[in-house]
Parts: sequence; structure tokens; C-alpha cells
Amino acid sequence: MFSRLVYESFRHQTRRKLLAGIAITMGVAVATAMIAVATDIGDKINRELRSYGANLVVTPQEDTLDVEVGGINLKPPSDGAFLNEADLPKIRGTFWHNNIVGFSPMLPVTVKVGNDSKDVTLVGTYFNKALSFGKQDFTTGVRITHPWWKVEGSCRDGRRAPPGRIEDFQGGCGWPSDDSQNILVGERLATKLEKKAGDKLEVSGRELTISGILSTGGAEDDQIVAPLALVQQIIGKPGAVRRVYVSALTKPQDALAVRDPKTMSPEVYDRWYCSPYVESIAYQLQEVIPHSHAEQIRQVAQNEGTVLSRIKGLMLLITFAALFASALAVSAAMATAIYERRVEVGLMKALGAGNLAVSAIFFAEALLLAIVGGIAGFSAGALLARQIGRSIFDSQISVEPVLFPIIIAIAVFVTFAGSAAAIRGAVKFDPVFALRGEG
Amino acid sequence: MTMSSMPDQLLTPKQVADRRADAPHTSMFARMLLRAAVLRRRRAASALLAMIVAAAVATAMMNLYVDVQAKLRTEFRNYGANVVIVAKDGRSLPADALASVESVLGARTLAVPFSYAVARTPGGQSVVVVGTDFNRARQLNHWWKVSHWPDAPNQALIGMRAASVVSANRQPFELTFQGKAIRLAPAGMLQTGAGEDSRIYLDQSEFQNWTGVAPSTIEVAVNGTAAEVEDSVRQLARFLPSADVRPVRQIMEGEANVLNKTRATLYASATLIVLTSALCVLATLIGWVFDRRRDFAIMKALGASERLVNGFFAAEAAALGVVGGILGFFIGIGVAAWIGRVNFHAPVVPRFSVFPYVLVGSIIVALLSAILPITMLGRIQPATILRGE
Repeated sequence: MFSRLVYESFRHQTRRKLLAGIAITMGVAVATAMIAVATDIGDKINRELRSYGANLVVTPQEDTLDVEVGGINLKPPSDGAFLNEADLPKIRGTFWHNNIVGFSPMLPVTVKVGNDSKDVTLVGTYFNKALSFGKQDFTTGVRITHPWWKVEGSCRDGRRAPPGRIEDFQGGCGWPSDDSQNILVGERLATKLEKKAGDKLEVSGRELTISGILSTGGAEDDQIVAPLALVQQIIGKPGAVRRVYVSALTKPQDALAVRDPKTMSPEVYDRWYCSPYVESIAYQLQEVIPHSHAEQIRQVAQNEGTVLSRIKGLMLLITFAALFASALAVSAAMATAIYERRVEVGLMKALGAGNLAVSAIFFAEALLLAIVGGIAGFSAGALLARQIGRSIFDSQISVEPVLFPIIIAIAVFVTFAGSAAAIRGAVKFDPVFALRGEG
Repeated sequence: MTMSSMPDQLLTPKQVADRRADAPHTSMFARMLLRAAVLRRRRAASALLAMIVAAAVATAMMNLYVDVQAKLRTEFRNYGANVVIVAKDGRSLPADALASVESVLGARTLAVPFSYAVARTPGGQSVVVVGTDFNRARQLNHWWKVSHWPDAPNQALIGMRAASVVSANRQPFELTFQGKAIRLAPAGMLQTGAGEDSRIYLDQSEFQNWTGVAPSTIEVAVNGTAAEVEDSVRQLARFLPSADVRPVRQIMEGEANVLNKTRATLYASATLIVLTSALCVLATLIGWVFDRRRDFAIMKALGASERLVNGFFAAEAAALGVVGGILGFFIGIGVAAWIGRVNFHAPVVPRFSVFPYVLVGSIIVALLSAILPITMLGRIQPATILRGE
């Protein structure tokens, strides 16, 4: 009889159930989407913050001072120590290799350029170099770590580079390939030398082709950037790298992050080592690259933590607001649905149903609605989160399956809470009034 | 709960007519609106609550939407200068350059001069020495990790890596520049992870006395939107024709990226919340129509036209929108201020200019939510309802 009552109520009162069902579905969908976005926003914003550039730099352990003023490197090329280029792919072998977005080696040297033999800094680096470590193949270089570098040059088919993100035009208009003898010239240097893309330029005795004009808004505007291998040839030091910029996704700094790993107990050390702090990633980089010193670039690393925690905090508060609004909507819909059925309650009670039996029927209905609405809402919310991820961040926001039972539990709880007051009102309602039609 | 209107005491029809004779006829409409709200308090309160939540969230969002960007921009200014002024061809900037930068940009900027020279250590090593204004540099470059800022004459701030060369045991040391020597005491260590680590920083006036080199670079942190920064760059370029003025693209683009994404996420969330709240208003209004079906049936039985009943209900919804909008606005301002304090540790300035939008928006949401209940109203048959079915 109990299940028949519930079943018939769903069969005959479709419209009322529909309103409550839609409210639960929408409420749960919004809650799911907001929770998914709020939990993922840290990672997403972290990736956006990578457009500030590398947050770690690896230098040789025993290095002499950099002598650089206004973008001109005054350090003799023979001076100081180097890292070995062959060690670099090992960066992918660190514990947090999935958090390492990319790295770029740098080899700055001073060269004579043009007919009047001006001193200019030539920097060797990777543009978008294909490397492999173990079984992994990956590409890395300044196009990943220095996304604000813009190159103006003709494409191979003569087209101009379209504006937009680097990923949008893999062809790479104007960017030299990493095994070529082509170079990029900074825009201010190009104006001084009166050169444009496609011209030849004499760099310490070699005739090189300018494939594009580089604009960075920084010191590189006065420099020449070339493939690393070419610069190594020019100075006659194969495999030499002055420093490596590493761009990594990190966790905001906290009390544990800044502790000295040497003074930690083994458990604390493990926890520290297995957290993607910028400090622990630096430590791991030093482990894999021999004779190296890895350091955070404080300008980038220190600030991203604050920005990140602010945005995460904001989203958390907004998620609470969304949850509150959803809960309110579900309660209102449930209250309405139950309120409309007071006459029925009167009839049931007149026929001898106790308060408990009446409430049980209503709660069973609410439970059913919550589960059905919860499942529908969860799927809708997952879709919504994906849509938000795709349209705002150009990447997926996936909803963790772990969230499913939690969301359903919340849906049931909120539905019950919303119905409780209305059910109590309905149960207390005098059957006499109900049957006289004074509901 | 049982009857919607019950006279306080029994009056003869004549007395009632006399009492209302001088009152304007329209007051009946207002009276019905008010009585409905007073008698169905719980129902009205829950509809109002939904409305308030929608309006409060919308207000808080609009307040934050503008302010969060301003707040985040302040956070982004911690990344340091976003505009750099460099003298052309390795010369120095004119002596009044710093003053003119400040006069052009006014109070919302922080400008720090830097001058560079390559000095030699007694051991013959080259080291870059920089002259600057420590007070300003300290404000601009929050990320500099400094053990102790120089506070006495002839004290220098020494980069981590430079320290091992010039003053490994933190003893005073000597530097020479074009034959002129200076003796400096290390005040503290500077750690940044970048080029600064290899340099030695001196007070600008001491630096200039020693080397005779005037500032060649001014780093400026301009507060404001991308357009305002561009504008400042143009103004500065006009004012300082002898220098290159350029935005630091690394900083500008990173900032634009993060701001855009945050703004879009905020916007999407606000839309979702307002939609959910509208749903809540809708559910409550449907309940309200149902609850008061007898009132409407009586109105119809007494000869009210369909339009009048609909208009009455729409007026109720609009009134709900107005009250909810006003209350929600103030609560929303409070919420925005709270979020500002908790999350950004700075107050969010209330923006009363968004009030008309919130009010009109609330009324529209209430009216839109009333559409479905109004179609239900049309189906009310006075005869059936009054018969008690």
C-alpha cells in the first residue's frame, strides 16, 4: 500500500513533481558545476599565471657573477661554469615532472655584428625543441616558457602570422626551427641595424638569415636570439648552457614550504618532498642536474601564491553563495509541492493514517525526487562545468566521480530540510478543515 | 490560515460606506496588496527571501566585479614595474626625469630610478653596481628578500651571488670605478633568484658622488587598467623624448590573462546564482497562487476581469521585486564588503550606482517568475473553488 501510494502520487501529479524535480535538478546542477569550478580554478589560474614566465632558474653551482647592464652581457664567454645540455631532459624525470610546464636553456654570449662590428648579446635557446626522456617525447622551449615573446616574420607560405595564442598556429610564422641557422633579431636592434625579416646578418663571421623580428618588451629587444646548437658552435663549446628557466605549477607557499629540508624529520621531509612547493621542485631539480643550483625567481614565484589564494578564496565564497541559493530553491519548491497537497493529508488522516505514516510517505517521495533530481542534476552540472571550462579556460574541467555520492547526499539532505517544515505543517493540519475544503 | 479576511468588528454596510466615502477608490488596490502580504506572512516572507537572495547576490557580484579587478590589480602590482623608461643609446636620463614622471602620472604611481656602472673588486673581478632609492625600491619590489635594508651612509645591499665575491665574511670591502675607489659596508643580503643576485646596490646620491653616473632607467608601477597604462606610456613618451618608454609585456600580458579569466568565471557564477534564485522565486510564487486561489476565485466571482486579476498578481510580484531588490541591495553591499575584508583584506567600496540596475533587475525577475503562476490563475474556476473542490 505504501509503495502504491508513492507510485500513484508520482503518476498522477506529474506537474507538481515536475516543478520540484526541476528545482532539485537545477539546484544540484549549479552546485555541482560551482564545486567543480571552485576545486579546479586553482589549477586553471595556476596555468594562466605561467604566462608570467618561468618561476625557477637553474644555474651552475660554481658560477662567476653575471655582468650585465641594459641587456648587454659583459661577461667573457670563457668565464664561469656551464651546465651540460645532455642533462636537461632529466628534468622530466623529477618527482613533479607532470607539474613542469616547460623549460628553456639560455646561453648568452657577446658577439660582433655587422660591418661596424658592434658588440651585441647573442642568446642561444630552444624555441620548440623536441626532446625525449625515457619513453616520453615532449617539446619545450621559449614558446612555452616565455609566452609574451612575439615574432613578426613571414610564414613559409608567405602569410603573416595571425594574432592570437601560440598554440593556434603550430606552423610558427617567423620562428626559426631549432636545428636551423636562422636567428631572431630584437626589434630595437633591428631598427638600429636597419634589418627586417628575411635579410642576412653577419654574426661573428657567419652569414645568418633573420627569420623574424622578436618583440618582448624586455632586454631581448636589443639582442639576437638563435638556436642553442648554433650558439654553441659559434663559441666552440658543444653542450654548454649558462642557465635553464623552468616553468612549473606550484602550490602557494606555507610554513612547511620554507623550512630547511636538512632539519626535517623523515616524515615531514617526505611530506615536503611530495608537495609541489616551488622550494621542493627547486630541490629536486638540483638532484637531477649535476653541479647545479636551482632557485625560485621570486618576482614570479612569490606573487603567484598571493594571486592564486585570492582567486581561490573568492571562488570558494561564491560557491557558498551558489550552494545557499540552490538549497533555498529546492526548499521552496518542496514546500510548495507539499503545501498543495494538504487536502490529501486530510483525507489520509480521516481514513485513520497516523502522523508517522503520513510523514513517511512524504519523506519517501522527497527521497525519490532527491535521488532522481540529484542524478539528473549531477550529469547536467558536469556538462555545465565542462562548458565553462571550455569557454573560459580552453581546457577541460572534469568533475571528480568522488563528488557524486557527496552531491547526492547534499541533495537528499537539502530536500529533506526543505520539506521538513512543510511536512510538519501538513501533518498538523486539521482533517476537518481539509475535508470541508478550507485548505 | 482559514479565511483570508475577517472584519475586526461587525459594522453595518452604511458605516463601512461612510468610513470609506472620502478615501480614493484606488486605495482598494493598495489595501488588497498590503493585506495579502500581511495575512500570508510566511508565504510572502519566503518569496521575499528568495528575491532578497537573488538581489543580494547580484549586488554583491556587481560590486565585486568592478572591485575585484581593482583589488587583483593591486595584487598584480606586487609583480613590480609594468612600465620601464630607459635612456636612449646608453646615456643618462635628464636630471629632472624622475620629477617629470611623477608630475605626469601623479599619485597613483611609484617610480624608482636606477643607475648602473661596472666596478672592479680588488681581485680584478667585474661587478655591476646599481644606484637607487632604497625607500622606493622597497615599495616597488615586494618580492626582494632582504636581510637588512641599508640605513647608514656607505652601506650597500649585496646580491647573494655578489656577496661571495666581494665580501664573503661580511667585512667592509673596496670597489674601484675608473680609478676612483669607494669603501662600503655590507648592510644586508638581497635574494631574488634573478639578475639582482649578482649586483651591489648603493644609495643613488652616494653612487653619483662616486661614479658621476646619473640614473639611466626608471621603473614605474602604474596602477590601472590596460588602457590607462597604455595612456600613461604615451604621455610619458611625449614628456621624455630622449628616452624609450615601454610597457613590460611579461607583466602586462600575464595580468590581462588572469584578470580576464577571473572576470569570466565570476560572471558565469553570478549568472548561475541569479538563475537559481529566480527559480526559487518562481517556486514560491506558484505556491502563493495556489495558496490564495480562493481569494482570486472570490475576486473573479465578484466580477473582476481576467486582466484585473492578472494585473493584481503582477503588481504583487512587482512589489515583491521592489522590496526584495531594496533589501537585497543593502545585504549585497554588506556581503561584498565582507568578502573584501575576508579575502582581500581591504574594504570594497559600496557602489550605489548599481542600485537602479539591481532594482529594475529584481522587478524583471519577479515579473518573469510571475508568468507561469499567472497562466495558472487563468485556469481558476470560481465555481469549483468556492464549492470547496
